[in-house]
Amino acid sequence: MEEKIIIAGFGGQGVLSLGQLIAYAAIHDGLEVTWLPSYGPEMRGGTSNCSVVVSDKQVASPVIAKPDCLIAMNKPSLFKFESRVKEGGIIIINSSLTDIKAKRQDVKAYYIDANDIALEAGNVRTANIAVLGAYVKLRGLFSADTVKQVIEQQFAAKPKVIPANLKAFELGYNKFD
Amino acid sequence: MKKLMKGNEAIAEAAVRAGCRAFFGYPITPQNEIPEYMSWRQNEVGGTFVQAESEVAAINMVYGAASAGVRAMTSSSSPGISLKQEGISYICGAELPCVIVNMVRSGPGLGGIQPAQSDYFQAVKGGGHGDYHMLVYGPSGVQESVDIMYQAFDKAEKYRCPVMILGDGMLGQMMEAVELPEMKDISKLPKQEWAVTGKGRGKTRKIINSLYIQPDELEEVTHRLFDRYAEMAKNETASEEYMTQDAEIILTAYGTVGRIAKSAVNMLREKGIKAGLIRPITLYPFPSKAYNDLAKKDAVKQFICVELSMGQMIEDVKLAVNGLKEVKFYGRTGGNVVSPEDIVNAVIKEVK
Repeated sequence: MEEKIIIAGFGGQGVLSLGQLIAYAAIHDGLEVTWLPSYGPEMRGGTSNCSVVVSDKQVASPVIAKPDCLIAMNKPSLFKFESRVKEGGIIIINSSLTDIKAKRQDVKAYYIDANDIALEAGNVRTANIAVLGAYVKLRGLFSADTVKQVIEQQFAAKPKVIPANLKAFELGYNKFD
Repeated sequence: MKKLMKGNEAIAEAAVRAGCRAFFGYPITPQNEIPEYMSWRQNEVGGTFVQAESEVAAINMVYGAASAGVRAMTSSSSPGISLKQEGISYICGAELPCVIVNMVRSGPGLGGIQPAQSDYFQAVKGGGHGDYHMLVYGPSGVQESVDIMYQAFDKAEKYRCPVMILGDGMLGQMMEAVELPEMKDISKLPKQEWAVTGKGRGKTRKIINSLYIQPDELEEVTHRLFDRYAEMAKNETASEEYMTQDAEIILTAYGTVGRIAKSAVNMLREKGIKAGLIRPITLYPFPSKAYNDLAKKDAVKQFICVELSMGQMIEDVKLAVNGLKEVKFYGRTGGNVVSPEDIVNAVIKEVK
């Protein structure tokens, strides 16, 4: 098993931490993982992305040419990475910030109004966690309990934000069957 | 449980656990997490952290601290490492141990901030003046960086020369799960007889110096350095081979590119191309024998050296292969990173 994920969005959308939560879930389950961020002159409002490889064997390349899964948190990210998704792969699109559909017919696209869900969860900054919920459900790599545990661990220093994050996760998770 | 850590932070923690109690640096992307981490961590363990006024000052502070027998290090990235070269040459001339981390970015000049491997020549051939070398490692992942860093001061003290860890922006920024080694008890570390720690009554004067006006004396010192390098070559040379048993095409790459090439080998095998990989772990001393042994095998048709540069390590590969087989090159530069697919396409082009 090897799952290659590219997560992209605006700086400040929690793209990098979304990738890290997947990485922590992988470690929790005893899997191997690499997390590689884009770095550079990126800042809030700029573009940001990270590549995450989860495997049951040691990960060789942390660099991904063709992801199995693309998470596009905004429209520019869909433009930039759609063509690279592996045939038969999936794209999860934040439809709150993307008013177009994926063009590819050989991949499966899922739409989630993550910003609206985040507002419903009580904190607009939890949009990335709503998408994480959708990802966990759609890929089935990790159990919801594992990821909820990871969320609690990672936000342990800020206990106040945990309930909204867990709620956003639930809402994103339950969005898909 | 294993901990998810960024390469830069993991290297810094491994250095502390290896007994590093003096860090001197100056900020530069993409290695800033190392000084940032050291700035609070050295405080916790009773060590010293100084953000120097420049890279030149930082390396000379390392020179000073190392003279006193303290496990001292600095880190920087390409343009900053260039500035440190004078100090590195002096440290080598003065036969002092220290550790230098270079998270390479693209050059020349200020270049860019994305990953590159274009400082290979500078690292292994001697970027400063004079006849000298350092023990240079090219780790390919976070755990390997930790393991190398943990041993680096022991090696530096054994051979009385700097150890350089030659990474790149990718290695510094990426996160992987790591197992951290235990904290070394610095009171139990071997005492360095040459360290200048205050004269004291009745003891012989100790001098740390790299100035030898008499040619015969300097020649003797230089021979002593090179005897150590020969010893180093015998004991420390390391490389990893992957699927080379029956390989016809041998890919070779170091550091992060080494593992990208490993994925490429897997993909080539799926296409029925018998590819293998040799990844040097020590860049100086270079694992020439391992290459030469492969070159002598009948099955091996050619080598393809992959680098994030215009081709630097390839010169050492060619020397090691010694004309026995063809050595081709594939690389990207300017901060562009190759993917496994890029390497596969380059190999297929060569095979056709």
